[in-house]
Amino acid sequence: MIRFEKVTKKFGRKVVLDNVDLEIEDNETFVIVGTSGAGKSVSLKHMVRLLTPDSGRVWIGDDVISEANGPDLERIRARFGVLFQSAALLEWLNVKENVALPLREREAITDEAAIDQMVNEKLQQVNLKDINEIYPSSLSGGMRKRVGLARAIVTKPEIILYDEPTSGLDPVTSRTIDNLIDSLRRQLGVTSVVVTHDLHSALAIATRIAMLHEGKMIEIAPPAQFIESKNEIVRSFLDAQYITKRGSWEKVDQK
Amino acid sequence: MLICRNSGRALVMLFGAIAQVRYMFSRRNRDEVLYQMFVTGIKSLGVITVVAMFTGMILALQTGLELRRFGQEVNIGTAVTVVLLREMGPFMTGLIIAASVGSAIAAQMGTMVVSEEIAALEVMSINPLRFLVMPRLVALVIMMPLLTIYTNILGIIGGAIVGLTQLGVSFTAYFDNAAQYAHNKDLYVGLFKAMLFGFIIVTVACHQGFSTKEGAVGVGQATRRTVIISFLTILVVGYMITRVFYA
Repeated sequence: MIRFEKVTKKFGRKVVLDNVDLEIEDNETFVIVGTSGAGKSVSLKHMVRLLTPDSGRVWIGDDVISEANGPDLERIRARFGVLFQSAALLEWLNVKENVALPLREREAITDEAAIDQMVNEKLQQVNLKDINEIYPSSLSGGMRKRVGLARAIVTKPEIILYDEPTSGLDPVTSRTIDNLIDSLRRQLGVTSVVVTHDLHSALAIATRIAMLHEGKMIEIAPPAQFIESKNEIVRSFLDAQYITKRGSWEKVDQK
Repeated sequence: MLICRNSGRALVMLFGAIAQVRYMFSRRNRDEVLYQMFVTGIKSLGVITVVAMFTGMILALQTGLELRRFGQEVNIGTAVTVVLLREMGPFMTGLIIAASVGSAIAAQMGTMVVSEEIAALEVMSINPLRFLVMPRLVALVIMMPLLTIYTNILGIIGGAIVGLTQLGVSFTAYFDNAAQYAHNKDLYVGLFKAMLFGFIIVTVACHQGFSTKEGAVGVGQATRRTVIISFLTILVVGYMITRVFYA
């Protein structure tokens, strides 16, 4: 379980997270939505301690990651896989070496055959094949994200964080990514936390959706209740993406 | 205050990278060190060759023309060799490497910060000091003295050519004169300086790269600051070493 306990974060005078309390259960896909600058990515970065709160605590299971250091921090981080917004692939390594990076550097696996097998298995899982020797600069946006996802899952994490997984992608590729996120949760039983402002995507994959606005969680609800929200800010966010009919999410949910 | 804080952070980073040197014999790190040595050394040879030759030639011409007024032009061998070994060899090599390799390191690190690659390494529990800084540090600390020896040799040869063609000093007279007055200490102090310059360039470049903010503009600023800070630090440290060993 991931738990935020009165987390506050400021950048200068701007309060990005304001006393946020949050609980994310195991094996759920928790989607955080909100306008740009609402603090979505900042909350995600707190979960892996790329940022430290000014006050409050972030719990990962029984560990307080916001206060962990050294080997403790490494142990907690080993439970995570992260897909960054830009995929964050190392440009001078080919696809195979990018995916194998955590196996070689963190898990210290030296058996090349085992590495090859694990890399190929994960690339197949994200619907990629025959691209092991290609460098990231030659990949499309969607392929980069899928390679980033393969790297995130290659160490079999318990929790996967997705930062804007569908941003900059065409609708077809976006839905492919959505399906991958959903199938990974079902196949691997992982907990997923997704940050996005693509509500269509959120409604398709979420078990619960939270809306961040000006540093506060103003709504947390399952998709069916989220689109029925009476909160004005949530309503305007839904209206802005033309999500006014129940059918738009029910159709995806029936898959 | 800001200078003290940044210097402190840069030194902490340097000592952190030195602590990671124990991992340099793993296959990946060993390959990376060799690759960085190739990038730093072999790819810089062209510009170093031109600069070293002309530094020696200018030194020989300037000192030779003055010494000729006293009929002492034969002493250009000593003047060129001693100045190159003690000061100009490591200094010119340091400036070239800071401008070419240091700026490239800062740009690469800065771009990696902006595109979240450094964050990705941290999340994967891959220490950027071990993965990125240490191989570059080891490579440059090894290559700087070697490149300085190369600069010295070419500079001395350049001086000898000017001595022969412009001042009428034979190669034999030039090299005999140089060997008579240049000492081993001049070479060792120069190489020690070069090694320190290697530490300075990598530390400044990586620290500036890791401190990058504000996207592409920030990468440009980090690169510019790397060159300026490296130049100034090389000058100050060079003077201090000279003072310690010769004053």
